[in-house]
Amino acid sequence: MALRYLANVVTLQLDEAACVGCGRCAEVCPHAVFAIQDRRARIVDRDACMECGACARNCPVAAISVDAGVGCATGLLNRALGRKGDCCCSEERGNECTTTK
Amino acid sequence: MVRVRLGFSRMAYGMTPGLYAMGTPTPDSPVLVTANYKLTVDVLRRELGGRDLWILVLDTANVNVWCAAGKGTFGTAELVGRVAATGLAERVTHRQLILPQLGAPGVAAHAVAKETGFRVVYGPIRAKDLPAFLDHGELATPEMRRIGFPLLDRLVLAPVELRHYLVPMLVVALVLGALPGIIQGQAGELVSAGGHGIAAALATWLGGCLLGPALLPWLPGRAFWVKGAGLGAALALLLAAAGMVQGLLPILGGVLWIGAGVSFLFMNFTGCTTFTSQSGVKAELRAVPGQIVAGLAGLALWSLDWWR
Ligand code: SF4
Ligand code: SF4
Repeated sequence: MALRYLANVVTLQLDEAACVGCGRCAEVCPHAVFAIQDRRARIVDRDACMECGACARNCPVAAISVDAGVGCATGLLNRALGRKGDCCCSEERGNECTTTK
Repeated sequence: MVRVRLGFSRMAYGMTPGLYAMGTPTPDSPVLVTANYKLTVDVLRRELGGRDLWILVLDTANVNVWCAAGKGTFGTAELVGRVAATGLAERVTHRQLILPQLGAPGVAAHAVAKETGFRVVYGPIRAKDLPAFLDHGELATPEMRRIGFPLLDRLVLAPVELRHYLVPMLVVALVLGALPGIIQGQAGELVSAGGHGIAAALATWLGGCLLGPALLPWLPGRAFWVKGAGLGAALALLLAAAGMVQGLLPILGGVLWIGAGVSFLFMNFTGCTTFTSQSGVKAELRAVPGQIVAGLAGLALWSLDWWR
């Protein structure tokens, strides 16, 4: 079952005119947000984007922009309260959750 | 400095970054890049035992690949530096590095190619797919590139969440357990309303940290605060059905505060998932004032039960 998060919130932007069709974005995206059609990248499932930033980081012509970050309420709350702290715990991590205070 | 060791048997906890030999690799053998995170290295050893490979271990301060990539420690600069420091270009004749796909947020493949001459290929997300990936010309199927969030992965994280909120839960349980006795002139005694308060605190904690993660795909709504609120309300009604709260107002109070509590706890589970975006979570945080109001109002109504 594919888990879906909120619709119409992500900051992902693709400049299709700048794209050279290398396919990197589709290779690195863990949520199949991109497809390469007619040697151009297309966003085919924008709402699946988790804003990890992998596509933008790996696009050789900077055709992609995204406000990358960790979708973690604990980390964002800490930040809002002026406390330092980020949060990352997820699958390949096994059982690791780091909250740096 | 080149660090070559035969076999992985000597790789201990907190292994030193560097170049390692697995089996007896030749200059043609593939180079796999990973983080110096104990579990990751263990998994590689398990999945790839019996093969001849080079393993380039980056220094991520014992943090796993995905988290380290997000922080940038599993990143372009570290990789470029490590390739140079290990003299990799003299060890192998080919010019290809296989990186875990989840390392991509930290590494700019084109920058690595420019600075080291090595081409970056992103391998599958899961180490268990590595043998198939290596055997099929270093091609990953779309399935290998997609991350899921299966039940086992969700449950593995539950103990972390439970531990994280153990103390707040105990404080709430203590207050809700003790106050009814004090009000009823039996300070220090566990009157029945106090027992119900302790049960409700436990239910909130288990709901937000264990049940919610387990039931994630089936809880209605997309926002975690919505899913949590629904689950909490259902738990409150179950408590009422079990006779733990009586009277319309206290029951409504339970629905409100347990709903708000589970909603808040479950919202904090977003950091453990594999699919929530930062923008989405920011949108969710607008629920916090509502959670606070519902929680306090709910507790006020709930306490009506203490005077019975
Ligand atoms: S930010 Fe991550 S999830 Fe979003 S499209 Fe890019 S690679 Fe995919
Ligand atoms: S990585 Fe950039 S250039 Fe390559 S296909 Fe994607 S958008 Fe186009």
